[in-house]
Amino acid sequence: MDIKSNPQIYRLFFLILHGIYLCVLPGCENPPTNVELGNETGVLHWGNGTEPQSLDPHIATGVPEHHVISALMEGLVLKDSQTLEPTPGIAERWDISEDQLVYTFHLRSDAKWSNGDTLDAHDFVWSWWRALQPRLGNLYAYMYFPIKNARAYYNGDINDFKEVGVKAVNDLTLQVMLENPTPYFLQLLDHYSTFPVHQETVERFGSADERGTRWTYEGNMVSNGPFKLRKWTINQEIVVEKNPQYYDEKKVKLNEIVYYPIENGITEERMFRAGQLHYTNDVPIDKVETYRAANDPALRIHPYLGTYYYRINTRVPHLKDRRVRRALALTIDRESLTKNILKGGQIPAYAMTPPDTKGYFPPNKLEFNPLEAKRLMALSGYPDGKNFPETEILYNTNEGHRKVAVAIQQMWKIHLNIDIRLTNQEWKVYLDSESNGDYEISRAGWIGDYVDPNNFLDMFICGGGNNRTGWCNEDYDKLILQEAPRKKSDQNRFAIFREAEEILIDEMPVIPIYTYTSKNLVHSSLKNLNPNILNQASYKDLFLSDDIE
Amino acid sequence: MIRFAAVRLLQAIPVLFGVITITFILIHSAPGGPFSADKAVPPEVLIALEEKYDLNLPLWQQYFGYLEDFISGDFGPSFKYPGRNVSELIASAFPTTAELALYSMIVAIGIGLFAGVVAAMRPNSVQDYAPMSLAMIGICMPSFLLGPLLVLIFGIYLEWLPISGWNSLPGDKILPAITLGTGYAAYIARLTRGGMLDILSQDYIRTARAKGLSEIVIVCKHGLRGGLIPVVAFLGPAFAGMLGGSFVVETIFNIPGLGRFYVQAAFNRDYTMILGTTIFFAALIVSFNLISDILAMWMNPKLRQKDLGDEK
Repeated sequence: MDIKSNPQIYRLFFLILHGIYLCVLPGCENPPTNVELGNETGVLHWGNGTEPQSLDPHIATGVPEHHVISALMEGLVLKDSQTLEPTPGIAERWDISEDQLVYTFHLRSDAKWSNGDTLDAHDFVWSWWRALQPRLGNLYAYMYFPIKNARAYYNGDINDFKEVGVKAVNDLTLQVMLENPTPYFLQLLDHYSTFPVHQETVERFGSADERGTRWTYEGNMVSNGPFKLRKWTINQEIVVEKNPQYYDEKKVKLNEIVYYPIENGITEERMFRAGQLHYTNDVPIDKVETYRAANDPALRIHPYLGTYYYRINTRVPHLKDRRVRRALALTIDRESLTKNILKGGQIPAYAMTPPDTKGYFPPNKLEFNPLEAKRLMALSGYPDGKNFPETEILYNTNEGHRKVAVAIQQMWKIHLNIDIRLTNQEWKVYLDSESNGDYEISRAGWIGDYVDPNNFLDMFICGGGNNRTGWCNEDYDKLILQEAPRKKSDQNRFAIFREAEEILIDEMPVIPIYTYTSKNLVHSSLKNLNPNILNQASYKDLFLSDDIE
Repeated sequence: MIRFAAVRLLQAIPVLFGVITITFILIHSAPGGPFSADKAVPPEVLIALEEKYDLNLPLWQQYFGYLEDFISGDFGPSFKYPGRNVSELIASAFPTTAELALYSMIVAIGIGLFAGVVAAMRPNSVQDYAPMSLAMIGICMPSFLLGPLLVLIFGIYLEWLPISGWNSLPGDKILPAITLGTGYAAYIARLTRGGMLDILSQDYIRTARAKGLSEIVIVCKHGLRGGLIPVVAFLGPAFAGMLGGSFVVETIFNIPGLGRFYVQAAFNRDYTMILGTTIFFAALIVSFNLISDILAMWMNPKLRQKDLGDEK
């Protein structure tokens, strides 16, 4: 029964091997990669994080959605991809009244929808009416609140949309009246939540305020941006192609963009190495070092408009004392944390607002000062950490958050001699605990929606939905809600924000830890991708070329 | 055999009912809801959303509402992907998972049978130890280790095969199928070896050999039919396991299969999606167990007689 004595079995074995060899061989001849093919045909392959929940600009939330929607649609203004200053979009110019309360937008006459219909001011009025219908479940409705009566209409205090400060003066003129001077108003108009939608298409698939109709599906969607939707295979890819009806069509150089939902950063990095992607949404932290060591120009790290911080539950008895909260903040060695633990170029944060947010620099009132921290703890009745109750740091399950929490646990033990317990929870459980105030100290992060300090500071007003710390300060609220909006120049407004931020840092309901960085791998053939703190690409300016710059 | 199949099918009804009830209770007891988000959700929006998906109703009403919809064949809308139905999402993702499971099964059976037969032909020799040691390594090596290893060797260093995707590049199904199939190949090898050792020592095999039949006919025609019964019993649960357990492989290779949907649904608290996929997988497991039992009965006369005896 020996195999050697059975030549037939041998023959069968080699026949199978030969078959496998023949089948696999054609695939072994190093076929052209996505990147090589894409460079020839003008198709950009883009790693896009998670699967977009929706492509309806009035329902979507999230960065992957933003990437696709900003290729498909366009609002009144665009942003310069380097300076982030507003540039003409569907509005070719605009006038701002002297009191900064009335914005008159002059729309371009050649703006069209992807089906050839003309896009005019009435489209914006209808779209903004739709975005303010509570039944639609638009989480970004607050982007409209600077507009006169928009908040009142949304809350149901007024029922007639005509009272809301937006009207079409004629087909090509849109007038917007504001509640208060809002110097960042133009910034909001580049956010997808203020983009127009095609009324006829939306209503063909359901009522205007119905959530989740099929108007955004392939074959149905009508949009107004440089690209239009060609294919959407869930969890596989979204393909957008050049929109021939786009007013600036001649400037659009890419023929197609393929967005891949890749949740696993390691898979995404491997796909980049194998030439399947031009761009990755992120770079795994362990790989950053490797790319750095190799001095690989594909690795791009830039400051990002977001702050990683710890919320302190000020309702917990021993954390009510601001001196304790300050002592905790003063004993985090942020330089060491970013350099030795995070290693991704993150910037130590000593205030909530990232530095140079539209030219705003927050006050520098926080530092690493263990001696002062010890003094504050002693004053609070916890000399050398004695009698300080064991305190919990809550974070959502993630290796990166764990590393930061472990480091901070050690720093507080060394400098304050206090015991910290680490608790990790699955994402939704963690959200539940945080919003119910069922935590002591919890990890948090805030990514800016628009480039203005207001976006980072107005969440800590009394009872604010994103405050969640139980902290409330009337002086702070007055500065943010009343004084800052009345200032007409950024300089004066920023002075008020600095004053508010000083209160925040002094009271310390939150401990800023670091400013995020965006980390991407970018293939050398992808040109015109300018770095900016929103990490937003202007897809109509991108092009692919093998030329070395 | 028909009676056997009918009884088993009837038994499946309370099983599925139990699955629905337990899953429903578990998902609604988990903290966090489908609409909790990092950014605060305004109360007006939350009310509107809960109304839309009937989450404002008492739990028992939601349960009976779901049962009613389920019986009429409606799995409900997905909470996570507005506008998409659960049945539509399952229908779009399942063929991919099924295809992956099918190719993995071919890999598993091909490698497993060959290694098992080779090992059984000369027990307790190098020819036995070598494939069985490899099989042990195969069983022990998790797919999250094997997958990246294969990617590294065949995708990145040798550049022979694509390392991700499904149906987008030629050859992109090879590595996922090998990754998912290898673990099962190892089990099949061990089961085949055991089954074959048992059969090859039977008298009728000795008779066949005495008649001068070639070894290949003895092994393939007379040996395999009896020797494969334990393997066939394993194939049903194995195929169901491949369908339900492909999440890791789907993630490594970025494959748009049902496994990814299933796990994402749990993280997103997409209640209807969790229920829909759980019921779907439960039904699959019940079906494949039944098919493998019927196949085993067809191959094993002893079982057939027992069933006939029961019928009498």
